[in-house]
Amino acid sequence: MEIPKTFLGYKREDGRTGTRNHVIILPVDDISNACAEAVANNIKGTIALPHSYGRLQFGADLELHFRTMIGTGKNPNVAAVIVIGIEPKWTKRIVDAIATTGKPVEGFSIEGVGDIDTIARVSKKAQEFSIWASEKQREERPISDLWISVKCGESDTTSGLASNPTVGNLMDKLEPLGVHLCFGETSELTGAETVCEKRGKTPEAQEKFRKTWSSYNDFILKEATDDLSESQPTAGNIAGGLTTIEEKAFGNFQKIGGCKFIDVLEPAEEPTKGPGLYFMDTSSAAAECVTLQAAGGFNLHLFPTGQGNIIGNPIEPVVKLTANPLTARTMSEHIDVDVSKILSREMNLDEAGDELIKATIRVANGRLTCAEALGHREFVMTKLYRSA
Amino acid sequence: MNGTDIIIHDEKDNVGVVVIEKITPKQDCDCWIMENDKSVKIQSMDEIPLGHKIAMTDLNEGDTILKYGHDIGKVVKSIKKGEHVHVHNVKTKKW
Repeated sequence: MEIPKTFLGYKREDGRTGTRNHVIILPVDDISNACAEAVANNIKGTIALPHSYGRLQFGADLELHFRTMIGTGKNPNVAAVIVIGIEPKWTKRIVDAIATTGKPVEGFSIEGVGDIDTIARVSKKAQEFSIWASEKQREERPISDLWISVKCGESDTTSGLASNPTVGNLMDKLEPLGVHLCFGETSELTGAETVCEKRGKTPEAQEKFRKTWSSYNDFILKEATDDLSESQPTAGNIAGGLTTIEEKAFGNFQKIGGCKFIDVLEPAEEPTKGPGLYFMDTSSAAAECVTLQAAGGFNLHLFPTGQGNIIGNPIEPVVKLTANPLTARTMSEHIDVDVSKILSREMNLDEAGDELIKATIRVANGRLTCAEALGHREFVMTKLYRSA
Repeated sequence: MNGTDIIIHDEKDNVGVVVIEKITPKQDCDCWIMENDKSVKIQSMDEIPLGHKIAMTDLNEGDTILKYGHDIGKVVKSIKKGEHVHVHNVKTKKW
């Protein structure tokens, strides 16, 4: 198949391209959620991104909080941003960083004003942004403006056999075209860590991966009271036939095809070394991982599932594929691409990869994913440790 | 190309994955090895559902399970060729 050279996206002020055109109302902290949700309810064409944290965090955990907030605002799928926080200082820090993209952004703080007046003031600005964004048009943009993140969930053996290798096939075909790619899930590479490390393109990338994985593993060994056999693999994984974390890891690893990663990213860190594959240090919990990848600037997500994970994200469209014929049948409203014919050998991997590329471009062009149509907007902050 | 009941990733693997809804005891199954496109046959001993593994050879306690050509865990209870391989007879080597 000849891969299209372009897709239809929203060109942003900083030169990046969005596959979506969201106006977001971003609360800095948990207590500003009510305001953000009230504004999004008042003004059509906006979405609130409520979450659970943002108070009394410190150190690396606070930095991650800021990185996630700022990265979410900077994501090219976002046309304009309203930031609401309880106090002005942290709000301003986020507003200023998002403003470097050149997109419209405005911050509001609630202290000394109260919710009701804040909602009124913010609603006026949000209305202005929403109407402004509604005039943005899609235009032809190079395929290399796609930044694709991947993560699998509720995996079973069909994931490792077919749906993950389908994503790997897509990566093998899109990487030479200058697409940015990202995989994560530090924990779910356990068992395949030495094989994965060798996929680093440079000794530096390999070393960085080794350190990242070891630091995760040390943490697990320190905190684990028994072992992880209750959560890794999960009950869903086991029902699907996955027996050990090693088996899950080698299945997971099929998603990167034959690609090599050029760098290891901190959670929510934006890649800066040009096109190619990146590894991001993330949890393997679906919503946390996709939230971090979206904050890293990725504009479209591919999510292979076995037993049927139903996750979505508010700003990054999540395309779901499965090779499990039972899941494809019983949970069809969640599955964008059915590659179960690989198992019956009526479809080969090359054909499945082409199908996934076609679906990816249609979604990049604006086709709603199943998760978008169902209203899945899981926005989940990763927390590194307890607050002060 | 139809009629594959079990897929094996790598020729070195000692387990295969059931890719039809289930296989029943004494069923003669057609297996396909992805790596080299070879076909082999096996008779199942157990009922094994879609996605679950079957032993392609007799395995003793302490043996390593190979899938994708890689070590995915150890046998903790001996397994006969054709039996179901899962959490009741295989454990991780990690924890």
